[in-house]
Amino acid sequence: MTAVLELAGVSRIYGEGATQVRALVDIDLTVDEGEMVAIMGPSGSGKSTLLTIAGTLDEASEGTVTIDGTDVAGLSRNARAQLRRRSIGYVFQDFNLLAGLTAAENVALPLELDGVGIRAARVAARDALEPLGLAERAGRYPDELSGGERQRVAIARAVVGQRRLLLADEPTGALDSVSGEDVMRLLRRACERGVAGVVVTHDAQLAAWADRVVFLRDGRMVDQTARPAGPESLLTPGARP
Amino acid sequence: MSVRHALLALLSEGPKYGLRLRQEFEARTGEMWPLNVGQVYTTLQRLERDGLVESEGGESEGPQKGFRITGEGRRELAGWLRSPAEVGSPPRDELVIKVLVALIVPGTDVREVIQAHRRSLVEAMQRYTHLKASAPDDDVALALVADAELFRLEGIVRWLDTADARLARFPQPAAAVLPAGIHASDGDTEPEAHPELEGRR
Repeated sequence: MTAVLELAGVSRIYGEGATQVRALVDIDLTVDEGEMVAIMGPSGSGKSTLLTIAGTLDEASEGTVTIDGTDVAGLSRNARAQLRRRSIGYVFQDFNLLAGLTAAENVALPLELDGVGIRAARVAARDALEPLGLAERAGRYPDELSGGERQRVAIARAVVGQRRLLLADEPTGALDSVSGEDVMRLLRRACERGVAGVVVTHDAQLAAWADRVVFLRDGRMVDQTARPAGPESLLTPGARP
Repeated sequence: MSVRHALLALLSEGPKYGLRLRQEFEARTGEMWPLNVGQVYTTLQRLERDGLVESEGGESEGPQKGFRITGEGRRELAGWLRSPAEVGSPPRDELVIKVLVALIVPGTDVREVIQAHRRSLVEAMQRYTHLKASAPDDDVALALVADAELFRLEGIVRWLDTADARLARFPQPAAAVLPAGIHASDGDTEPEAHPELEGRR
C-alpha cells in the first residue's frame, strides 16, 4: 500500500496565552491509495480543521503533512497551489458548482486552470462523468440537475485527471438518504480506483461507508475502528451484532 | 419477526411445499434471518390447527406436503400487516444501564466507556454498509433489512453522542449516586417501562 496522505504529530493552534485554542492536537493519520477513511466527531472536534490542513488550505502549527511523498511545508506558495490543483479534489456539502458553466465545463475547469488544453480537459471531463452515470447530462447547467446529480458532478470534478487525494466535507448533508447513499457508493468506487479518500462527518451512517473510521474529540484522535470483517460475518446468527 | 405471518404471506401467493416456504422466507428477508426446517413445520402445524392454512396432498408428510392459505388466513394476514408494530423500548436497556453505572464506578472515565460502545456500533454499521455495497443494486429485500439495522444502530450512536455532549457540559462527580430503581447486579426486577427513570420523577 502506498500512503497518499500522512499527518505526523500535526497540531493546529490559534492565538496565544490565555486565549490560545488548540484546534488539533498531535494527529497521526495515514491514508493509503485505495482507502477511504471517515473522520467522525461532533461540531468543534477539529474535523474541518483537519480536512483544511490535509488539503493544504491551512498550515499545521506543529508536525508534518506529506502528500504523495512531498512534505508540503517545504513548498512555495505556487508549488502548493499547483499540488492542490493537480493532486487534491474537494467535495463540499453545498456542491460549489459554478452556475454559468455546464456539468462538463465545471469538471474540466480545474484542468484548464492548470494549463491543460481545452480539448484534452473536455475529454478528461467526459471520462470522469461517465462512470458516475452523467455522460448524458454533461451539457446541462447545475440548475437543470437534481441535488444528487450536482453532487455527482462535484465528485467528477474532484477526481478528474490524475487526482490522488479526495477530501469530502459532509458530502451528503444536502441530500435525502437514498441520494446520499448513491453519493457515498460513488465516493467509495472513486477510492477503489486508486484515490485516497477522507470524508469528514458527524453522521454514523455516512462514516460507515469508510474502510476505517477515526474518532475525533476536542482536537484529538481518541479512537478508530478496525478494518471491517467481510459482510459474510453477518449471515451466521452468532456473528450478528 | 413473526414467522407465522411471514409463512401466511408466502402462501397468499399460492400453495407451496414446506421446503420451498423456508427457501423463500430466507431469500425474501435478504438471508438475514436463517430459519430451520423444524420451525417451518411446527409453525405450519399450528396454522393448520387454527384454521389459517389447509394441507393438501393427503397422507404425505414432510417436504412433499403442500399447504394453502384459507379465507380466515387471508383476513388474519391483512389485519397483521396493518396492526402497530411493537416499538416500545425494552424494560431495561443494557447500554443505558452501563453508561449510568459507569458514572459511579470509581476510576472510570464514562466518556471513554461511551467511546468503546460507539466504536463497536460503528463497526457493526460498517459491516451492514459493506453488505449493502457488495449486493446487487436491485436486491431490495437485503437493502431494506440492512437499512433497518443501520437506522436502529445509528439511533443508538446518536444517543451516545448526546450523552457525550451532556457529560462534556456537566461533568459528573465520580461519587454520583445511582438513581433509585437501578441495581447494577440485579437482572430480574419487575418489568416496568423505564425503571431507570423512576427515581427521577
